[in-house]
Amino acid sequence: MNETLYVQLLNLAAGAFLLAAVLVLWRRELAVIIRVFAVQGAALAGIVAVLAGHEHSAELWAVAAGVLLLRATVLPVLLLRALAGAGTAQRETAPLVNVSASLLAAAVLTMIAYAVSKPLVDLAPSPATRAIPIGLTVVLIGLFVLVTRRHALSQLVGFLLMDNGITAIGFLTTSGVPLVVELGVSLDVLFAVLVLQILTTRMRATFGDTDLDELRELHD
Amino acid sequence: MITVLILAPILLPAAGSVLYGLLGWRRPTTWLGTACAAGLLAAGIALSIVVSVDGAYTAAGGLLRVDALAAFMLIVIGAIALLATAASPAYLDAELHSGRMSTRAAGRHSLLVQAFLAAMALAVLAANLGVVWVAVEATTIVTAFLVGQGRSRAAVEAAWKYVVICSVGIALALLGLIVLNYASSRTSAPAGLDWVRLAASAPELSPGVTRIAVALLVIGFGTKVGLAPLHAWLPDAHSQAPAPVSALMSGVLLAVAFSAILRIKVIADAALGPGFVRTLLLVMALATLTVATSLLLAQRDYKRMLAYHSMEHMGLLALGTAAGSRLAIAAVLLHVLGHGLAKAVLFLGTGRVLQLTGTRLVAEVRGLAAREPVLAGLLGLGVLALLGFPPFSLFASELGIFRAGYAGGTAWATSIALVLVLVITAALFSHAGHMLLGNPPPGVLAEGPGAATAPARTAAGTTITLAGGLVVCAALGIAAGPLTHLLSLAADILTGTP
Repeated sequence: MNETLYVQLLNLAAGAFLLAAVLVLWRRELAVIIRVFAVQGAALAGIVAVLAGHEHSAELWAVAAGVLLLRATVLPVLLLRALAGAGTAQRETAPLVNVSASLLAAAVLTMIAYAVSKPLVDLAPSPATRAIPIGLTVVLIGLFVLVTRRHALSQLVGFLLMDNGITAIGFLTTSGVPLVVELGVSLDVLFAVLVLQILTTRMRATFGDTDLDELRELHD
Repeated sequence: MITVLILAPILLPAAGSVLYGLLGWRRPTTWLGTACAAGLLAAGIALSIVVSVDGAYTAAGGLLRVDALAAFMLIVIGAIALLATAASPAYLDAELHSGRMSTRAAGRHSLLVQAFLAAMALAVLAANLGVVWVAVEATTIVTAFLVGQGRSRAAVEAAWKYVVICSVGIALALLGLIVLNYASSRTSAPAGLDWVRLAASAPELSPGVTRIAVALLVIGFGTKVGLAPLHAWLPDAHSQAPAPVSALMSGVLLAVAFSAILRIKVIADAALGPGFVRTLLLVMALATLTVATSLLLAQRDYKRMLAYHSMEHMGLLALGTAAGSRLAIAAVLLHVLGHGLAKAVLFLGTGRVLQLTGTRLVAEVRGLAAREPVLAGLLGLGVLALLGFPPFSLFASELGIFRAGYAGGTAWATSIALVLVLVITAALFSHAGHMLLGNPPPGVLAEGPGAATAPARTAAGTTITLAGGLVVCAALGIAAGPLTHLLSLAADILTGTP
């Protein structure tokens, strides 16, 4: 792969990755949000695949396949299954911040991400590290979704967006994180999602719905 | 031989967990958990003797490493796990009797508690910060089920909050680790995330990048410690979990996450100088103390009261770590053990109170001393221990933390903290006084959903466990004995003075 093509493909994948995060902010139907999340997983796998092609690393190709399997297939399917069981609540009814304000917030978050990650890019400027701010933007947008959405499933998507962003930064900075750790991280994410899914089911059993406004028993 | 000793603290509870999975909760397995915890404690003591004599050891292909800090943390985990698991059979029996828990649920509870212990042992023994992260996240996943065990609205809500907030916090820590790994990959000898090599190559790390990494790591692991700003899960989770689990979460889990911060501080101090982490920890410590004080004052639920009180102690640990001298670190570590023991005693004791009275409200538990003199006496002593009265070890360690604070250039923060601690002491005194003293309200024994069916007398096992915890805590306050050497070794490692 020649250098120009590599940079273009990397930017394309990173752009799709960022766009998917913004789309999650824009749409309110949960089924659409989950599909957008799957697209983002594919874009993340794309980033890893481009890096693998650039470095001619068989290990990275395998990791890209793993990312595609986990983040574009397994996690979305788990989420969709949870949604199918959710019954009436198929839409994010009343986010704490409305859509246009959310999109503005995304713009502000992007600028913050670029400002904060300047030392990271400066440490070793390269096409890959120049995409770090995009990963950080996705982390911040994920955090924003987590804080401002009320439906349990949208919060879960927010958490997973954060995690996608962190994983992207991980691959963009180095491919040198030990394999044990990478495996452990993926397993932990999978388990966290399973735990949250079980809790969503229990919440529905005890609260009737998964709107977090119902969670008001515990406070001071 | 030493490899076996290093593996034992992880494998023993893991095996216990598997056995509970296969056999469930029945007569032969009643004391299995206690045996595993005792084994963990014994391995911890043996390892501390080994590291006191020979220094650190690595095992399992460099993945596990035991040094003075790890050995001390194993003793903390083992001691408090022994208390919690020794009180568990009586607690579970009472729950089974009252029908609040099925035999299957009791088996699952024991399985998860053992898995929880194994994950914590791995977190303190791991040589690689990445593995530490995986183990800490694993504790979140395991304990989420333990918190949500009650399946009541409040329990499910607490579990949800717990997983979401802790996962976000720990995700920030992961981002910090990735950034740290990036910084270390640009040094002359890339160390990955291996703590010893990172600490050795820390002066070469790029300060700008390391600053971002350290801030994320301290806030991220600080979430698990219960330090502000991401502390909101703590009172809910600690108050909703079953008593033995509350004891473990409050007494050990917070401390295990705190030991990760201690290790990060070593790297940060070498790369950035001591100022950065000190400022960060001071701000978090004071914020935590303020939150804990304001919410403790008017607290009506006694388990939440204890949970906020744990936050206060974590704030003190952060304060002592910010001071950062050898005395401060040794005092912080002693405080970890003393707080763990006293808090475990109190959570186990109040768990019994909850079974007896069926209420969580301070106002509805009056005159406990008249009905359960032994239990009330132990709880009273536990409160005194927790508030730092001599002879208990918290007196010595709090004194050490405050002295180090005044000597180490953080005098203003230490003064604010002292005032807040005084307010908390007064608040806890008055709440505990309400619960333990006075006349019991008429007809109180018949009240509450669990009251009628719970065995009337507190099991001897529980009494002995609680008393044992208090005696050890007091003994440590009078003479730390052989621990002194271990503590000073750990303080040497953490202050970077060989």
